[in-house]
Amino acid sequence: MRERKFKILEGWKVSRIIKPCFKLVAELKSSPGMWAITSKELGDHFTSLRFFIMFLLIGLASLSAVYVAALTIREAVAAAPEIDFVFLWLFNTSGKGLPPFTTFVGFLAPLMGIALGFDAVNDELNRGTMSSVLAQPVYRDAFINGKFFAGLITTSLMLMALFAVVGGLGLILIGVPPVTEEVLRILFYLVLTVVYVAFWLSLAVLFSIFFRQTATSALGCIGSWLFFTIFFGLLVGLVSNALLPLGSDAVPLEVLKHQKLQTGLLRLSPTTLYYEAAGMLLAPYQRLLGPVMLEQIEGAIPGPLPLGQSLALIWPHFVGLFAATLAIFAVCYIKFMKMEIKSS
Amino acid sequence: MRNEKVIVTDKLTKRYANITAVENLDLEIFKGEIFGLLGPNGAGKTTTILMLLGLTEPTSGSAEVLGFDPTRSPLEVKRSVGYLPERVGFYDHMTGRENLCYIAALNNINSKAVMKKIDELAEQVGLKDAINRKVGEYSHGMRQRLGLASCLVKSPKIIILDEPTVGIDPKGTREVQDFITRLSREEGITVILSSHLLHQVQQICDRVAIFVQGKVVAAGPIESLGKQVMPGQPFIIEVQCAEGHDVLRDNLQQIQGIEQWSEVEEKLVLTCCSDKRLEIASLAQKNNLSLLHLRLRGYDLDDIYQRYFQGGERP
Repeated sequence: MRERKFKILEGWKVSRIIKPCFKLVAELKSSPGMWAITSKELGDHFTSLRFFIMFLLIGLASLSAVYVAALTIREAVAAAPEIDFVFLWLFNTSGKGLPPFTTFVGFLAPLMGIALGFDAVNDELNRGTMSSVLAQPVYRDAFINGKFFAGLITTSLMLMALFAVVGGLGLILIGVPPVTEEVLRILFYLVLTVVYVAFWLSLAVLFSIFFRQTATSALGCIGSWLFFTIFFGLLVGLVSNALLPLGSDAVPLEVLKHQKLQTGLLRLSPTTLYYEAAGMLLAPYQRLLGPVMLEQIEGAIPGPLPLGQSLALIWPHFVGLFAATLAIFAVCYIKFMKMEIKSS
Repeated sequence: MRNEKVIVTDKLTKRYANITAVENLDLEIFKGEIFGLLGPNGAGKTTTILMLLGLTEPTSGSAEVLGFDPTRSPLEVKRSVGYLPERVGFYDHMTGRENLCYIAALNNINSKAVMKKIDELAEQVGLKDAINRKVGEYSHGMRQRLGLASCLVKSPKIIILDEPTVGIDPKGTREVQDFITRLSREEGITVILSSHLLHQVQQICDRVAIFVQGKVVAAGPIESLGKQVMPGQPFIIEVQCAEGHDVLRDNLQQIQGIEQWSEVEEKLVLTCCSDKRLEIASLAQKNNLSLLHLRLRGYDLDDIYQRYFQGGERP
């Protein structure tokens, strides 16, 4: 049978995405003990108080954001019934002083990753359970892989549930069903968020390997989260002003250079990458990233970008986030493999 | 069956940045025996165990456990070796049964058969009533028993117990010791036991290796250890009899080779060039002396222990 293609995603075969997933699951099941560790961790996560608290926090914030957004949308649509992509608006419209859903998720999702990973290794080491587990016929990497996958599956499931609830609530409130492209965009946004959480999860696992005390690693995680969400932007402003100072008589070329430097520096932060990519996915009318010259948009016909094109624009962001996650995970891996497991 | 070697190490050495934890260790452990690793804290017992399990890589030398190299094929080794760490850890939020189930799942054991096995083990280690309670509520002794059960879930050929009775009351210690002995005698499991408690090792071990600062100073059956540790030393014999020193001294005069006489409290201490105990005993019997005490000093584990372990902890 011929592979079915999505019109919007020309050239993207579903099997190209699905097959590696199946392969991954098969891999998971074939590695001795890995599945046992993953399922035990999953059970722990889903019954843990900390998961419940995080879910409640993110859920309440998101629902209120979507509710407010829906009210705003109702007014806007009533005024101008011609607008399209109404459903996507649910996710990135703010109103009544509440930030949009994307901001809440972008702000709180890292906490989810941190909560699931900050005591992954050091807690087991301190309890002395790690030597018991590693004395069983499992490879050492199964331990850390299992922990990581369990965290990833937990966040994926949680985010899926959250998106479904939010979408359902939005559907009831605004009464406009999403079109295929909107559904696909939301799905990609979901994947993006999972990758973003994976980044924070791997960072948390890294801290849990480096620090013996769980409190220290939690503090380290929260510190880096605050750094990237709040201080990084300020720091980049300072650094770019120091490197390329702008006088009051700056020529446009200098301003452009300054802007480019600032954007480039900002993109070193996973948070920037995530927000830019999320914005692109949920706002099809956004056509460009970074500084734009007036000449560039002269004569452009305003219209939404097809999904494929939006994806092409944010592909580097995706790859960047993914690569950062893998790089951190690789460091975890090396460090963990060489770790002494004596509990005393 | 006794001479089938299950563990052989060849010049096994582990060095950390500034200390040598284990140096040139040559061990041979036979099937079905209880082998004791005796030594003070920090003498390299735990490091040796970790190397045997493939949990730490040796710096040099090699080990073979059941025919496998633990560094190269750790999974094969761990499949048939049960290990009870010194401070055994369990997941406190899970019940004893759930903890054992997890260990079984890690060993890829079918979950139907495992419930029966867990019930049996709980009965054997005396946790029958507590197995469905959360481990967080367990006492130290109960944890240790659960630890023993967790070693046995995989039906091992060898079990390695690191300080299995530390922190348990005397009654519990007794029970654990009996259980270990039973495992060895009835089920033919090879037991390796590390301990710093001389008397425990003396009571249950067939053979012992004495660790001091990363080296084995003596290994073998307990009786033979003295001669290995104290070669070239004079034989010092303590004698005491009901009739008093003078009578005893008169009688013992005729034995050749006694170099020195001295009296310590009630006992007569003789320094000889060889073991004269047989001669002393037969002489005493011939002359109708009631021998109360006859002991070759320096050749039982107590003396060895005193000599090596007091202040033997690594600086």
